[in-house]
This record gives sequence, structure tokens and C-alpha cells, in this order.
Amino acid sequence: MAKVIFITKKNDAVEVEGDSGSLMELATANGVSGIDGDCGGVCSCATCHIYVAPNDFEKIGQPEEIESDMLELDDNVTQYSRLCCQIEVTEAIDGMTFVVAN
Amino acid sequence: MQNTQLESNRLQQSVVIIGASHGGVNFAFNLRQQGWLGKITLLDSDLELPYHRPPLSKKTLQSLEVKSTPLKVLKTYTDNHIDLCLGERVTAIDKQNKTVTLKNNKQLDFDKLVIATGCSPFIPPIKGLSETVDEYGNPHYFAMRTHADAVAIKTALNSSVDKDVVIIGGGYIGLESASSFIALGAKVTVIEKQEKILSRVTSSAMSNFLTDLHKTKGVDLQTAKDIVQIKHTNNKHYVQCSDGSEYPADFILIGVGVRLNTQLATDAELVVEQGIKVNDVCQTSHPDIYSIGDCTIHFNKIYNRWIRLESVQNAVDQAKVAAQFLAKNNTSAPALPWFWSDQYEYKLQIVGLSQGYNEIIKRQEANDQFSLWYFNNDSLLCVEAVNHAKAYVLGTQAIKQSLKVNKKVLNDLTISLAKPHLFET
Repeated sequence: MAKVIFITKKNDAVEVEGDSGSLMELATANGVSGIDGDCGGVCSCATCHIYVAPNDFEKIGQPEEIESDMLELDDNVTQYSRLCCQIEVTEAIDGMTFVVAN
Repeated sequence: MQNTQLESNRLQQSVVIIGASHGGVNFAFNLRQQGWLGKITLLDSDLELPYHRPPLSKKTLQSLEVKSTPLKVLKTYTDNHIDLCLGERVTAIDKQNKTVTLKNNKQLDFDKLVIATGCSPFIPPIKGLSETVDEYGNPHYFAMRTHADAVAIKTALNSSVDKDVVIIGGGYIGLESASSFIALGAKVTVIEKQEKILSRVTSSAMSNFLTDLHKTKGVDLQTAKDIVQIKHTNNKHYVQCSDGSEYPADFILIGVGVRLNTQLATDAELVVEQGIKVNDVCQTSHPDIYSIGDCTIHFNKIYNRWIRLESVQNAVDQAKVAAQFLAKNNTSAPALPWFWSDQYEYKLQIVGLSQGYNEIIKRQEANDQFSLWYFNNDSLLCVEAVNHAKAYVLGTQAIKQSLKVNKKVLNDLTISLAKPHLFET
């Protein structure tokens, strides 16, 4: 079980918890604003862009090539950007806070 | 003061949405996010909680238990006060009295109406097709449009011993399904009427690539075939073609295109011309009735022509555009079409529309990685990228920002694809 917090563009903190699936699925299931997941989670649309806290980034890991290419679609990309459809919900991310990019 | 009052009155109006798929659902949530206060009623004849359609032919079909991928969980509809009514079919729109009639004759009033009815698979009138049934008399020919379709197909596949599958139609739905069936250990025949698969939507280069790919993976891909009839013996079906060839099937999947669900709009005397005609903000010919998604036709300012798009992107973008206009009177920039398809280990990403090209540049990065760049003289129309998201992203940026692409760089594999030198200033 992992409990994580999304900070939306309007600065709302949304706490959600889950134990499987992708972080994008968890976010859309809970209606986190700014996480759309239009392509259903196949890394094709870049509508689930989040920023990982610098301290957590190493644990989360670097995006694969296709994901980092897709992130270039978004002008707001930083070195801490990830598409959360490519992040698994596991205990490893328990307690993390993610900032929604859009 | 008066304006604020008007504004608040407007936001309290009631909205009825016919169709709860990508377009209808996104519209409902966008409208709420834009501050709409009035009642939002979302109707669909499908009983399943609204779901992502693209995974049906891919992830859903291949998963052990056929589970849908919901667009939103049920609770978010309640939290956003969106009245989701499933299993409800609308039978008529009365635009004078502003009501819709449901199948049970119940009437719903609306101030604004959104038609997001999409399209339905076209089932061609092939002799013997309707007699394609299993041992219990249930239809054994399917389309791939709804969750129920995916469930029925999976059941048919699981209960078949030989796992002989014939797919009629070599379009994206047929090819994605072929790829999933192969992954599930089936013997797959794809029968296409045209000389080449996907001939209406892509170039020979892409068509040839996908033809080779499917053949390599073991698909019996038959093109230029006219099906004359389907015969049946002992629960086995035989698809017969005009040249005498015959293909055995335990069941048949049909992917030969769609019919638009525009009847309600036509009956309500809205302007329908190869789709429900909408303006830049998705208004139909009646100012209080909007339409979004596959069932619409709009004038695209990027390509300067009327276009109809069957895509998730178009449904989602039009949902945003219509919601913004309805709630805030805002207009948006024209959207650039994009598509994707996943087949085997290949990801195909397309941005733009290639029609009207007079030059294609193919850039082969590796055996399993390339991109096709479609130009009309110097202007880039479309990029199709296979396992190469970078090309897709750069193509998107070039078309969106009308950047001039340096064809020399594109043609030179010693120069890597990257922003600064690919675009001419």
C-alpha cells in the first residue's frame, strides 16, 4: 500500500492511496486535476506530467527514452519531470509528494 | 452587476450530453472545472462505466480477465455532481421545446445539449455472415467497438480449439486485433479488399512496413480479395473469396469502417454533411446544441479544409473547446490531430494529416525505428513515427509552430534529430 500526495496547479493537496497499477491510473481514479491520461497509459500523449521532488528522484528513476522524448512536448519540462503513467504504484513510492505540471 | 448576473444565470443552466465516451465524459468534467453550476446529465446506452476504447483491441483483449479501463471511477462523477445515466438510449431531440426523449418515453429538459454519439461499426452485407453463429446460435462475428465486444471476442477465442480467426478489413482496428490474437496464440488471417492495407489513410511506405511486420509475425495477410460468401459446416466457418480461395474461421472479426451516429441530429434537422457540421466552438446549426467527437465534421484551420476525425484526441480536444466556450465564452487555438497505434513491440505515433503531400522523406534510425515526413513542398503536413517518439515530438512542434524543417538534416543520418539544427530560422 502506498499513500502519496499530488499538489495540483491550484495548490490543492490531494492525498490518495493504492497498491497496484500506474500512478496515472491512481491519479485519474481519484480525479486529480491536471492528470488526464488521454491515451490510457501507453506513453503516447504526455497528459500526465508530474514533477518528482529532487530528493525522491533517484528512487523513482530516470525516464526511458520514449518517455523523455514525449516529455519534450510539454514546455514546462524540467530535470525532475516524469509521465506518471510510467510509474508503478508500489510501496517504494509511499509517502512521496508529486507536483502536477499542468 | 447586470453582466455578473447574466453570467451566473448562464452557469446555472442545465446541460444534457448524449454519449458518455471520451468526448462526452471529458466534456462533462471540463465543464464542471470551468465553473458550471447547473445540472449536467450524461447519457449512454452502454451499461459499462465509461471506459477507454483504444485498449480494447490491445491491452483489454490480451489481459487474462477482460477488464475495462475506466475513464473515471464512479465516485468522481458523484463528487462532481455529474448525473451519469447508463443504459439510457435517446430516441429523439426536440429542439423547439428543448427536450430529449428516452427509450422509455421519459423526457429530459435541457438549456444546452451536446451530441457526442460517435460512430458504430459498419457490418457489410456479406452473404452468410448473419448465419455465422456458434453451437448455441449466438453470433460468432464481432466488431471491436465496445467492452461487450471485447468480452465476447475473448470468450469466442477461449472456447475455440483451433483458434482460427479471420479478420475482415486491414485497418488499424483489424491490425491491432491481429497483433493481440497472435500474442494469444491464434492463427490469424486478415482479408483486405484493397491492394494494400491502410491504403486510404497512409502511404505505401507505411503500408508496406506494416504488411511485412504482420507477415513476419505469422499473420496470413491477404489483400485485393473480394469476399463473396461465408459458408458453415460443423461450427466452422469458411470465408470464400471471388478467386476461389477460402479461409477457415472459428469466429470472424469485422473492421471495415464505421457509420456515424448522426440519425438523432438528422431527425432534429440539424445540418449534417458527412458528419454533424460544427463551427470552431463545436456549435451545430442550432446555437444551443453542440456536437463533439467522431460524429462531427469541422473546418480545420491548420489544413484549411473540412475534416472528420475518428480519434480520441479529437474527441478530447473538442470536449475542451466546447466546455470553454459554453462556460466562459472562450475560444481556443485549432487543434492538431494526432493518433497512435500499438502493434506487437512497435509503437506507431502519427501527428498531422498526410493528405495532399508531394514528397515523403523516410528517416531510418535503426531496423525497428524510423519516421516518415510528409511534405507539401516546404510545408510539413504529417509525421508518422515508428518506435521513435523523438521524431513524433519534433514533427508536432514543427507543424504547431509552422517551423521550416531542414530537409538536408532530415536526410542525413549522421546528424541526429534535434531541435536547433532541424528547424530553419
